[in-house]
Amino acid sequence: MSLTPSSKLIGTLFQPDTLAMKPTRDGYGTGLVEAGQADANVVALCADLAESTRSDGFATAFPSRFFECGVAEQNMACVAAGLAVAGKIPFIASYAAFSPGRNWEQIRTTIAYNDANVKVMGHHAGISVGPDGATHQMTEDIALMRAMPNMTVVVPCDAEEARKAVRAAAHAVGPWYIRFAREKSPVFTSFATPFVPGKAQIFWEAHKPQVALIACGTTVYACLEAARLLEREGIASTVVNCHTVKPLDDRKIGEVLRKCGAAVTAEEHQVIGGLGGAVAELAARTCPVPIEFVGMQGSFGESGTPGELMAKYGMDAVAVARAAKKALSRK
Amino acid sequence: MLEETATDLRRSVIETVSHAGSGHIAGPLGMADIFSALYFHALKHNPKRPNWPLRDRLVLSNGHICPIQYAALAHAGYFPKKELMTLRQLGTRLQGHPHRGALPGVETTSGPLGSGLSQACGMALAARLDGARHRVYCLMSDGEHQEGNVWEAAMFAARHRLSSLTAIIDRNNIQIDGMTEDVMPLESLRAKYESFNWHVLEIDGHNIEQFVDALHEARAIYERPTAIIAHTIPGKGVDFMEFDYHWHSKPFKPGEAAKAIAELRTLKKTIVSEHE
Repeated sequence: MSLTPSSKLIGTLFQPDTLAMKPTRDGYGTGLVEAGQADANVVALCADLAESTRSDGFATAFPSRFFECGVAEQNMACVAAGLAVAGKIPFIASYAAFSPGRNWEQIRTTIAYNDANVKVMGHHAGISVGPDGATHQMTEDIALMRAMPNMTVVVPCDAEEARKAVRAAAHAVGPWYIRFAREKSPVFTSFATPFVPGKAQIFWEAHKPQVALIACGTTVYACLEAARLLEREGIASTVVNCHTVKPLDDRKIGEVLRKCGAAVTAEEHQVIGGLGGAVAELAARTCPVPIEFVGMQGSFGESGTPGELMAKYGMDAVAVARAAKKALSRK
Repeated sequence: MLEETATDLRRSVIETVSHAGSGHIAGPLGMADIFSALYFHALKHNPKRPNWPLRDRLVLSNGHICPIQYAALAHAGYFPKKELMTLRQLGTRLQGHPHRGALPGVETTSGPLGSGLSQACGMALAARLDGARHRVYCLMSDGEHQEGNVWEAAMFAARHRLSSLTAIIDRNNIQIDGMTEDVMPLESLRAKYESFNWHVLEIDGHNIEQFVDALHEARAIYERPTAIIAHTIPGKGVDFMEFDYHWHSKPFKPGEAAKAIAELRTLKKTIVSEHE
């Protein structure tokens, strides 16, 4: 075992049956209520998806600070901008396919360029959305939001980290985008696992690592599993939880790339423009090393169970381990 | 007198837009009377304290007519008038479309159409949460009502009973590609807003008394937002520009700006003599 002492992960990490299974959107619900208790300026908006986005807990706790917008994401983004310039801290929640998918220009002009303190919460991101199919499986949102000036982009790896990310967003000043998944996934970080926006975390580091596995979102757990698979084959790796895709932790990621000399990025997103793109841009600027990209390879998803889809589109532990060997072979 | 001030604002608009070499002209000239009435009579504001929390909020949804807002802000004392001549130049606070934070008195960033009314709704909601009594005014063009976002906001404002919100719609019948009723008909705008559960008033946008009365009536309405449809003449005050949609954003040719200003001078003399 090569878990780093600072990670404070759940002890039974590699016995999935013992881990709590929760979707990261649950962390939004919990974090939002906590943020609402901590600061009376926190308000929440939703576009007819209160239960699904876990906004309902806040709506019950603070009914006068919750605004139902109906199925109208463009209006929701701009109403939030108005609330924010008047001193409120609005969280807007919908499926990522619609927000920021449909209301990208409103987010660009009235939130990002306007530098309004709005927190955009993109739910049901990635293909693990499952049976709803490709229309509802958002795989381009990180690219959309990462290209936008002023915007911070965070992708939590489990429900506990999602809770912390929401608290951090409420505390930070400026526009944020946080990405959540629909499907249950293992909760493997603990209350004590640090979360510092903009700081990538090394969860696993073998002696003399040969390859870095850099991930965000639920694929971080797949990378930890892949690290164990690789360990059995005598391949030493480092696993980085890169929850903040923008601003990227250039120092830490650069250090890992230099130390390992090869890398795999993994995300439930298109390999164009997401975390992989961000890491490749950094590598090109500072230390060009072979990188393999795990994620959607330029196609849309489809209906299926989350497990079937993650296997078919190559985003599980086996796929990460395979990509690691390929990156190593290119060293 | 507000009509005279409006003519001064028109002159500033022609001078700044012609100096900049680009920018919108017909809309700003058409809205000069309303801007004069707002900044020099109706709005509760303080140019020396642009962030005064109790001020009324003015959201310019149709950001492209910003030359008239910039002129009104400068004449009201938000910033020196000579700065108007920096419009659209590198490093200016007077961006081609208004940007919050760049210039005092600009409440929000705008330009892309259809999103101002929603932001005004957000400001009105925030005021209600804070127990504040200021009003929120949203200036809109008629053409921007072709954006779906506007109707999402119209539904939202009525649903949340935002009576502190007043939309002021510049019904000048022109847009870039032609007359609104040819490009994409908007009528009946009144019936549309009424069916969205708004209180609707229609006025002559060049009759300042009617406009001020309408603002008063809006304040009197319980639990409903008000839309004031102001019928205006695009290019108002300059004979060769009035009603010609080509002047939506056409640059001046040499001599045209001077000719326009000369016409305004005649207009101003008429206004003064009428009031003598």
